[in-house]
Amino acid sequence: MRRGPLLWAAALLAYAFLYIPLIVVVVFSFNDSKLSAAWVGFTTQWYVALLHNEAMLGAAFNSLVIALLSSAFATLLGTMAGIAMHRYKLRFLPFLVITPVAMPEILLGVSLLLFFIQVLHLTLGMLSIVIAHTTFCVGFVAIVVRARLAGMDESLFEAARDLGATPWQTFRLVTFPLILPAVIAGALMSFTLSLDDFVITFFTAGVGVSTLPLQIYSMVKIAVTPEVNAVSTLLMLMTLSLIIAASRFSPHLFKAKA
Amino acid sequence: MALLEILDVSRRFGEFTAVDNVSFAVEAGEFFTLLGPSGCGKTTLLRMIAGFDLPDAGRILLDGRDLADTPPERRPIHTVFQSYALFPHLTVAENVAFPLKMAGLAAAEIKRRTAEALDDVRLADKGGRYPHELSGGQKQRVALARGLVNRPRLLLLDEPLGALDAKLREEMQLELINLQKEVGVTFVFVTHAQAEALALSHRIAVMNEGRVEQMDEPSKIYGFPKNRFVADFIGNINMMQAKVARAEASRLLLDVPGLGTVEAPPRPDAAPGAAGVFAIRPEQVRISAEDHPVELKNRFVGTVHDLLYIGDVTTYIVDLPNGVKVEALLANSAPGRAQLFEAGDRVAVAWRHDAGMFLHE
Repeated sequence: MRRGPLLWAAALLAYAFLYIPLIVVVVFSFNDSKLSAAWVGFTTQWYVALLHNEAMLGAAFNSLVIALLSSAFATLLGTMAGIAMHRYKLRFLPFLVITPVAMPEILLGVSLLLFFIQVLHLTLGMLSIVIAHTTFCVGFVAIVVRARLAGMDESLFEAARDLGATPWQTFRLVTFPLILPAVIAGALMSFTLSLDDFVITFFTAGVGVSTLPLQIYSMVKIAVTPEVNAVSTLLMLMTLSLIIAASRFSPHLFKAKA
Repeated sequence: MALLEILDVSRRFGEFTAVDNVSFAVEAGEFFTLLGPSGCGKTTLLRMIAGFDLPDAGRILLDGRDLADTPPERRPIHTVFQSYALFPHLTVAENVAFPLKMAGLAAAEIKRRTAEALDDVRLADKGGRYPHELSGGQKQRVALARGLVNRPRLLLLDEPLGALDAKLREEMQLELINLQKEVGVTFVFVTHAQAEALALSHRIAVMNEGRVEQMDEPSKIYGFPKNRFVADFIGNINMMQAKVARAEASRLLLDVPGLGTVEAPPRPDAAPGAAGVFAIRPEQVRISAEDHPVELKNRFVGTVHDLLYIGDVTTYIVDLPNGVKVEALLANSAPGRAQLFEAGDRVAVAWRHDAGMFLHE
């Protein structure tokens, strides 16, 4: 189908609206001015300054640890949930698993905070953040894994049993290799979601533990410094590469046609 | 002792009875076919033999041993699935080696037997390919090699030729017959295609609504269908309402409205007055010009209503008095001949007194 010029213009406008703010951040992260109001000249000094910012490095380290742990747990639980949803066509199971995905973050944040403090009597910190992040990532992994299974010929798994594989061998030699792309895509998505999360982390972090998004927020409260732009640019880059990696593993998630 | 015995097996899904008190036995080395329309229970039965499903009642015995407590992976029965179910992440050779690996054979033995099995289905050079790189017929042969490589006692085939085009299907039929002869493994074949069943099987069980309607050799099933369902399902057949007028030891005299008296082969269970149908295959009906002399008692005059040129044969549909329609088949054996009669021609149809049969209502 031929696309008219009007459609092109509309698309351009929409993409401009989406991406110009991001580009501005990237551009000003290289701006040689403390005030970042106007372009002065090119510099990489803000990236160098980041490397010497103890608070920022600590937050980045926390973010990575949390993202690694919560994406690992979420992938394990989400994969099991995805398989269970596929196998035992129960009505309520998908609801239970997917609801946290659709729930407003602020609601999830507040309820997790109450749960940790009043029910578990947990001191807020790394552990509470990891549990919180795992909670909202499980659903994403489960959805991806189930989608992959739904598109698969059921007789493949029966064939494995038929040819002499025990249920566990069937999982190890047939089911798992076949859903692996979805599992990896789910893991990468969870990692990104955890890395970028602000709202839920804000409620479940307590004092003393900071993550990158929290750190950026606390810096922005004073002023949008070029250093914030620099760290945002890095975060953006990381997210982007993870999304691209995820799309490589599970192309059907990002395409209209399989 | 039969290799496989199905004893009074039933399977219900809620209100629906998929398999209704079915019993039969399959001998070792046999090519046995379960034939029936979709939903007749043949696939459910196959799944119970493979172990993916369990009967609600009855027993399934292999070599005299009840299979009820044996999971699919421990039954010496392999299946060729309709979709082939080749593992997409494994190569052709790895697919074929899968059952050998599961059986815990030594690596050298696995390699040797895999190569042998691929050779048997003429795919020796395709071992390193992945299933998606193969044609439909090649996938089919890989599935066969994988099913046979570990020498099962029984190979189940679930409509394995359904996804192939007509020409390839015919080739595969011949290949299946030869392969089965060669390896000597017992085949239980499931299909809804009657021509396939007739061509391949030693014996056929015709199934309908969960029950076995008739079980016999292909020629018996085709030539002597036991009831209206079997007659109608296998091949083409003319049926006309009939009543038994007289039952003799050597023949039946039937009263067919519109035609008068029709002579049919005897049937011990047909009593005078019994209602049913007279059934006769189109190829047993001779068609000739109205004035052409025919020495047959069953001879009736009518008008060609329509004709169907199929290539090797032409089917004529002839209108007889009182709305009776009869199909007659004429081979186009003379070069260039497409038809002998036109629609509207007056013709005579006739058949031998020992052709056709009376079937009860």
